[in-house]
Amino acid sequence: MNFDSMILPLITFLPAAGGLLMLALPKARTSLLKWTALTISVIPLALTVWLWFAFDRNSSALFQFQVMLPWFEAIHSSLHFGIDGISLVMVLLTTILTPLAILTAFNIKEHVKAFMILFLVLETGMLGVFVSLDLLLFFVFWEIGLVPMYFLINQWGGENRNYASLKFILFTMGGSLGLLLAIQLIGALSGTFDLIGILETWQGLTSGTIFGMPAQVVKTIAFWAFVIAFAVKVPVWPFHTWLPDAHTEAPTAGSMILAGVLLKLGAYGFLRLVLPLFPDESRTFSLWLAVLAVAAIVFGALSATGQKDFKRLVAYSSINHMGFVVLAIAAAANVGGTTDEAMRQSATIAVNGAVLQMFNHGLTAAGMFFLVGVLYDRTHTRLLEKFGGLLALLPVYGSILLFVSMASLGLPGLNGFVSEFMIVRGTWPILTAFTAISIIGLLFTGVYVLKAIKLVLHGPLNEQWAGKVHEISIREILVIIPLILLILSIGIWPTWIVEIINHGVMAWI
Amino acid sequence: MTNLRQIPWLSLLVLLPLVTGVVLLAIPKGKIGLIRWLSLAAALVTFVLSVGLFIGYDETTAGYQFIEKMDWLPALGISYHLGIDGISAALELMAGIVVLAGVLVTWHVSDRAKEYFSFLMFLAASVFGVFASLDLFLLFFFFELAVFPKYLMIVMWGSPKTREYGGMKLTLYLFLGSVLALVGVLAVYFQSGLLTFNLLELEQAGFGVEFQRLWIAFIFIAFGILPGLIPFHRWPPHGHVAAPTAVSMLLAGVEMKVGAFAALRAGLMLLPDGMRFWAPLVIILATINVVYGAFIAMIQKDFKYVIGFSSVSHMGLVFIGFATLTPEGLTGAGLQMFSHGIMTALFFSIVGMVYDRTHTRNLGELGGLYRYMPVAMFGFVIGGLVSMGMPGFSGFIAEMPIYIGAWKTFPVSAIVSAISIVVTAAYILLVVRKVFFGEVPEALKPGVSDITLRDKIVVIALSGLMIAIGLVPSILTPTIQAGVNHILAILGGA
Repeated sequence: MNFDSMILPLITFLPAAGGLLMLALPKARTSLLKWTALTISVIPLALTVWLWFAFDRNSSALFQFQVMLPWFEAIHSSLHFGIDGISLVMVLLTTILTPLAILTAFNIKEHVKAFMILFLVLETGMLGVFVSLDLLLFFVFWEIGLVPMYFLINQWGGENRNYASLKFILFTMGGSLGLLLAIQLIGALSGTFDLIGILETWQGLTSGTIFGMPAQVVKTIAFWAFVIAFAVKVPVWPFHTWLPDAHTEAPTAGSMILAGVLLKLGAYGFLRLVLPLFPDESRTFSLWLAVLAVAAIVFGALSATGQKDFKRLVAYSSINHMGFVVLAIAAAANVGGTTDEAMRQSATIAVNGAVLQMFNHGLTAAGMFFLVGVLYDRTHTRLLEKFGGLLALLPVYGSILLFVSMASLGLPGLNGFVSEFMIVRGTWPILTAFTAISIIGLLFTGVYVLKAIKLVLHGPLNEQWAGKVHEISIREILVIIPLILLILSIGIWPTWIVEIINHGVMAWI
Repeated sequence: MTNLRQIPWLSLLVLLPLVTGVVLLAIPKGKIGLIRWLSLAAALVTFVLSVGLFIGYDETTAGYQFIEKMDWLPALGISYHLGIDGISAALELMAGIVVLAGVLVTWHVSDRAKEYFSFLMFLAASVFGVFASLDLFLLFFFFELAVFPKYLMIVMWGSPKTREYGGMKLTLYLFLGSVLALVGVLAVYFQSGLLTFNLLELEQAGFGVEFQRLWIAFIFIAFGILPGLIPFHRWPPHGHVAAPTAVSMLLAGVEMKVGAFAALRAGLMLLPDGMRFWAPLVIILATINVVYGAFIAMIQKDFKYVIGFSSVSHMGLVFIGFATLTPEGLTGAGLQMFSHGIMTALFFSIVGMVYDRTHTRNLGELGGLYRYMPVAMFGFVIGGLVSMGMPGFSGFIAEMPIYIGAWKTFPVSAIVSAISIVVTAAYILLVVRKVFFGEVPEALKPGVSDITLRDKIVVIALSGLMIAIGLVPSILTPTIQAGVNHILAILGGA
């Protein structure tokens, strides 16, 4: 076992193992607990940075750093890990956001130990999804992350946390039910859960019968089972109703991870499983997917505009932004299997844009939720109308909020613009009308972002806060600075990340 | 090593609790410390023996091991014949764990303690005996041995309101099962033409298809009553709820498996063609068990009834696994029997801990208990995750192969049963929230004492085991697969 083949299991299991060790620490030593958790979460980040540079950009292998260990031999499932460009970017996103979220959570007062341990277990769950090359293992990690997130919302959340947490877990579990059944079906049929093996056998299965039903029908049903599971997670309209509740009620660090990483799991599922496993069905139903994507973009933006609660506004903005990712996926699905070189190229650009958008949204959404949290900690309200004129009172905080909002809005020079432009550039030739409507939807993105900024930062100062709210602290600045740097670096010189993404995308299209 | 293998380990495992039970009755009742420590010592030794047997079972040679045989009533073809295959090795281990846990968490029982622990030991001897029997008569004998301690323990130490009803209901149901089983056993005995109760010989008897189809019904129904197969699902919730904690643990944890195991050993393995004929019906009934049990559990207001009905749901999966007659399904059924045994024992022990301290099981009157008993909360959450089939825990490991088997034979059953996963998640999370989180009701405000160190050890050990199996299924699967391969050989050869 050399280091190369153990790096993925190491990155994946280290947080949970660290969490397990933290069980031994005394409950009362809260600062020790916080610093230990932070230290543990930084190690996977360091390893991922190493991975980033060790990743072979010229390799033609579909997956690198593969490792296969026996796990559940009775049903032929193994610990098969491996990454391509797409998963590497997602792993990086997860390992960056987790330490930042833990640093954010330094202001947690109740049950620090349980919080930190749950957070580290959550990280293992998320990382596992991105590195798994075994369907069953994918599902294991997919579901396992729900448990810590449920308790994070349920125990440290806002007033309506009971409702929100139950809705979150039941929606996601209910959505995953079809996925579980479809994975079982594929496993029972193929005699293995190994993704690479299944890709070969499953795709070729176009005629004949599966368990007494026509293969086409079974595949279509399985396709929708996958799609619904991932659509709930992304979330695609109309499966989104759990999101505003869960994001709003979750503690700040939880919202950061929910919006920053968990939503990406759904989009990642589309890219990793739906498109490769169901190319024909994806093509057949790609327009439906596009309709849902556009609905998410437009309705997400409109709903965000109508919100009175700052955090809910940011939550709805996620639906809006993730809609673009789905639109790009729909475009790629639409041209799947085509020989038209121009179309393929457009699809490649769109998917590149989608993965970059996932990364970018991870940064900005985490940043926005964090900034809302900072404000809430000081004012104990999230109602937009209660703020006003805070820029004068909190110049540093205000400037940072402005900056991150602009990134979210898609200002050229910042990261969001790059990915959204790549997506619309890629989808335009394929899904012209849908893209046109979506771009108009971008207008509303501008409206709600500006509305939030106006109500919070500008206008007459709400005298209630004068002298009561204090400026953003050093710890909080330390959380936001890495995000700002990444936002800038991608906005100005996106190549450093796009080359990795493209390496993954090219292999599939 | 050969010398070690010649020691009659299985006899020790079966007879030790039996002898302890008798000795306990002889101890003056004032010596409560002695009674407890003696019971604990016996439970500890049986636990170690069960671990030893599990580890000592050689999966590579498989088949029946640790065989002991002695003539008992040679004129009738009855012998004292013990031995274990992979599945029974796992079940003996499970029973060993649950018995020890049961003694530990009911350590404080002081009302007629000597009879209590004595009966508990008889119950333990019965279950160890059933799992190890290689003689049909002996199996039946051990099976019946459990009836009287069960009945007495429920009516004497059970919850005051329902113990007469629960005990009566349970006993009558089981009596029906026994009668049918006896009829089936005798039919097999005579039809085989071998005039023997030796299971190994009966397995090879090659009964006619018509005979198998008729008599498997008797045997399957007879033993299916104990695990609560629909339409015999009415007794377990009442029986479990009325019983005192350790008996609930043993009833739901081990006794339900005793029934399932007997249905496997005396039904499926002796009359495989009959099983094949009835498999679709069994699957339908078991699927109803799974879904109906989950829905009924959801609407319960009594903490203990929730768990009682959840057992009905989970045992349905075991029968689905059996009826698929596939390697995956049978392996899953074996895993589920183990996992469910540990899980239910944990659940009922925690229900008992909560009840002892709050004197209520009404979900509406409980709340916020994590403040007082965090470890109990932890255990209940882990048990809940196992129960809802959450990946990373033993329940998932058990359910997956069952579902795979179902897909290969009756895909509809897989789809319908899957509904139960979400329903289970809903009721488990609601119960966790109502009992352990939220506001503490006024009545409990004065405070509730934490669970004892003994309780904590049990809770953490059982939870840890379920997590360990969930993460590393190969702790259990090779042994169970060795047993399954033997069954498959019978199925293939029949």
